[in-house]
Amino acid sequence: MDHSTHARVDQPLTPLETRLAALRGGAAARNMDARALAALAANPGCDRRAVLDAAGVDKAALATRLGSPATFGQSPFAITRGLVFERRLRAERCAELVALLRTELLPEATAQSPVEVPDLLPSEGPAVRAARTRVALAEATANAAAGRAWTLLDRPLLRLDVAGSTVSLEPDAIVIGPDGRWTVVEIKSFPILDGSADPTKVGAAARQAAVYVLALRTTAAALDAAAATAQIGPGLVHPRPGTGPAARPHPSGASADVPGADVPRAAAHAAADAVGSGLSPADATTPAAPRLPTAVGLPSAATSASAATPGAGAVAAGGTASGGPEAALPAGAAAHASPYAEPVGLAAAVRTTGLLVCPRDFSNVAVAAPLDLRKQLAVTRRQLARMTRIETLLAALPETVRLDEAPEAVDTLAHAYAPECLAACELAFHCRTQARAAGAVEVLGRGVRGELGSLTTVEAALEATAGDGALARAARLREEALAR
Amino acid sequence: MSLLTTLARLEAVRAGVAQPLATVRHRHLAERPFVLVPLAAAGETGAPLAVLLGQDRENPRLLTVPQPLDRDLRFAFLARLGDELLPYLESFGADVELLERSVKDPESGEKTVEVRELCADAPQLVVPNPGAMELLGLVGRSTRFRRTAEDVDPGPYPVPARVPLLGRWLTHLSERSNVPGSSLLLPLTTTLSRHWATGQSSLEDAHLGALLAWIAPPPGERGERAASRAENGRDERGRLLVPPAGPATDPAFDSLLLSPAVTRYDAARAAQDERLTRARAEEIDALLESVLLPVWHQVWQGVDLLRTLPPAAHVVERWESDRWSYTGHRDRVAAGEPPQPLRDDAVTAARKLAQREREQVRLDLEEALDDPLAMAEHRLAGQAFAGEVVEVLPAYDTSGRSPKPRPLVTVRTEDRPHLDPGGEVHRAAGPAAQRAELVQLDAEAGLLTLRLLSGMGRKKEPEPGTVPEAGEQVCFTLFELSARQSAPLPEPEDTPWTHGGPPR
Ligand code: SF4
Repeated sequence: MDHSTHARVDQPLTPLETRLAALRGGAAARNMDARALAALAANPGCDRRAVLDAAGVDKAALATRLGSPATFGQSPFAITRGLVFERRLRAERCAELVALLRTELLPEATAQSPVEVPDLLPSEGPAVRAARTRVALAEATANAAAGRAWTLLDRPLLRLDVAGSTVSLEPDAIVIGPDGRWTVVEIKSFPILDGSADPTKVGAAARQAAVYVLALRTTAAALDAAAATAQIGPGLVHPRPGTGPAARPHPSGASADVPGADVPRAAAHAAADAVGSGLSPADATTPAAPRLPTAVGLPSAATSASAATPGAGAVAAGGTASGGPEAALPAGAAAHASPYAEPVGLAAAVRTTGLLVCPRDFSNVAVAAPLDLRKQLAVTRRQLARMTRIETLLAALPETVRLDEAPEAVDTLAHAYAPECLAACELAFHCRTQARAAGAVEVLGRGVRGELGSLTTVEAALEATAGDGALARAARLREEALAR
Repeated sequence: MSLLTTLARLEAVRAGVAQPLATVRHRHLAERPFVLVPLAAAGETGAPLAVLLGQDRENPRLLTVPQPLDRDLRFAFLARLGDELLPYLESFGADVELLERSVKDPESGEKTVEVRELCADAPQLVVPNPGAMELLGLVGRSTRFRRTAEDVDPGPYPVPARVPLLGRWLTHLSERSNVPGSSLLLPLTTTLSRHWATGQSSLEDAHLGALLAWIAPPPGERGERAASRAENGRDERGRLLVPPAGPATDPAFDSLLLSPAVTRYDAARAAQDERLTRARAEEIDALLESVLLPVWHQVWQGVDLLRTLPPAAHVVERWESDRWSYTGHRDRVAAGEPPQPLRDDAVTAARKLAQREREQVRLDLEEALDDPLAMAEHRLAGQAFAGEVVEVLPAYDTSGRSPKPRPLVTVRTEDRPHLDPGGEVHRAAGPAAQRAELVQLDAEAGLLTLRLLSGMGRKKEPEPGTVPEAGEQVCFTLFELSARQSAPLPEPEDTPWTHGGPPR
């Protein structure tokens, strides 16, 4: 069963999803993106944010309703500039991006090898797009293994299980090199100036990219599991040209300039079309259809006999009883649950060095710089693993509560305010007011809590200046210095 | 954050108003500083949008770029900025002191006297925050290599003549601002935060309006209320009551007011209606002035607040280093040297790094010597102690040919220095540089007996006033009180080519 927060008409809602949707009230769900996830991972102790993000609550609107609107926002000028930059890179099947990646990522010998830019069905729903991305990943890996081509996945969609609910993530691009390694590409509109960039912004980009790497590893683990089920070589896909129900022609050509890539392309289309044509009727009528897109998650399996038993693979891989490769995601993740465990199988193909693409100096010309993600990866992985399951957190809230009607109900969820929230979370002013009212020392800085040890309130700390600990000595020294 | 700073912040929370972190002012403040409040165009790296500037707080000058994407408008703006700023920057170049020093000719070994010029004063720019400082650095980076119509090869896009010169000055000022304790380019938030502890975090102190609200809240209002109004109070149209101090503008201001105004300006220009274009540009001026003026007044308020503190004793010395820095740049410009390179070569980079480290050590030392609150940090950390002299016993070192004074001084202190018998200490604020060693320690009673080792003259008896007397307050540190010179770096021509030296 798919635990998607984005489940549309194509999937029946799980009890958790129903509960989260009710919490949101009438409002539409906000997509949880990698930026939000990275911010969440930066404050894993915050139950409040975890629930709100899992439910897709619009935190800015909530903050306004609570009377403490956020000062967040992006200038229209900055948005325009960012869009222009990205659009240029992606124009004409990512021609400029491909050219840049060629010089950045490709060893000279393979510099001339063709580049695939498969269509990832960007206008479809998330379930379809995620399935399509998995197929494309498998094919790209097979192509690389066969030395045929390297592949650029433009705006793929990945799924990651976080605290018991699934989020959809959209990396800017993923490159599958001729060596079979996968690289996360992150496009940003801040400049790389004389070879360096604002460390805060680079850090934020790295945290986001780390989330994508985690999602990619999970996807890779699912592909491994699927491949094992399908009883084909690990990571290898057997394209079956022409056998898929290629009922309708796909509008876009998958490859840039590659005659040799015809075979896998046909397979890709076959699989993709299976999703497309399989879904169109299901949308309108049969709730039984959701099985289909998950089955497509097995590369080429839509036409193979093993498609009938996807659940078996998931059980074998991770010991989960629920069926479908989607459900195998948490299982796959569990296999690498320790933040220090190295990935095995296909997941090891994901490089821990991302590629940052930014404008150069004061121009609009793009440059790429490698981005070491190992540290962010370890931190994010540990933080995500530490998060309490959403179901447990929800227990604090009354069953029937709707945040659009009773915004103050959010206060029943514990917050973990620190000044860093001000730059990362729309509710910061609200939580700050509460933290101040409670006299929490964290309002002075995250480090202060550690410095003061068991003294968690301003009052308690000030009282301690009358004793004879370090604070008392500090108070005496301060008094003496100020008396002079 | 140190425990003492945390304590000051806790006290500020209780009092509802910022608490002192310094008893003296640790930065130079010119009598008439040049204040600059710049705004950046959102999304464009290093592109200025507007600036309010000048030395007269009643009469600031406003410069704007009505369409920041237009290159010609941008450079016209920078030319006007140069017209305002360069005369001020250059005005300090003429008045010099002549300093003599003897130098030894490395070949003949002969000593000659060299006369050097040192400018008697130097310019000081005050900006709201480090962001403004960075913006000026970026403007310097983007303009100092530009070619002008006066160049031999002006290239396709020559800029107004003095723009590259402005770029070189801005680059110099922003480079210098990386040196700890320097004051040629002073960011106000950082400087105020050095002197006051608010009841909020240091992240929130970066907001000039909120910081000032804590240091000088309106009568009868508590700091946190005044600060949160400064951060987030809005009028009925959704505009911030206190506009951000830049260089980024409030996104809501951009989308509600500025963006439509720029669109109208573009339309008037496209229609080639000069009168209307001018009117539209004036509308943009008025808009930008409305968000800059409040910040302008905040900056001057901050300057006033800093002036309430007496200058620390070592500020003059550090300002002299700034004057040297200014003089050096003046000379390089006059000598027709090329603009500062994009990247420093290895030797220059190492020199700069070493200089910054040295200056940081020096700043810490000088601040501790100038300010009992700064010294308190070291005392709390066990790196210094202060107290009253309870006993002085004369004693002598008779091991040499003539006896030397080695008096024993016993100090009572509540401090707990990390010091064992035999350990060396240095006397702070004594009549001379003076070393001593710990002879005996009675931790229970807080008594330390020290043997003075130096700083008493060459005679058998100590020079008068060099040995503290019973009842006197003294302070000793475990660290040396002068910044140690780091090992000298090789001259550029002696540097191996692997580190940027000349090829062999
Ligand atoms: S602002 Fe509040 S809800 Fe948001 S992360 Fe911080 S503590 Fe959690």
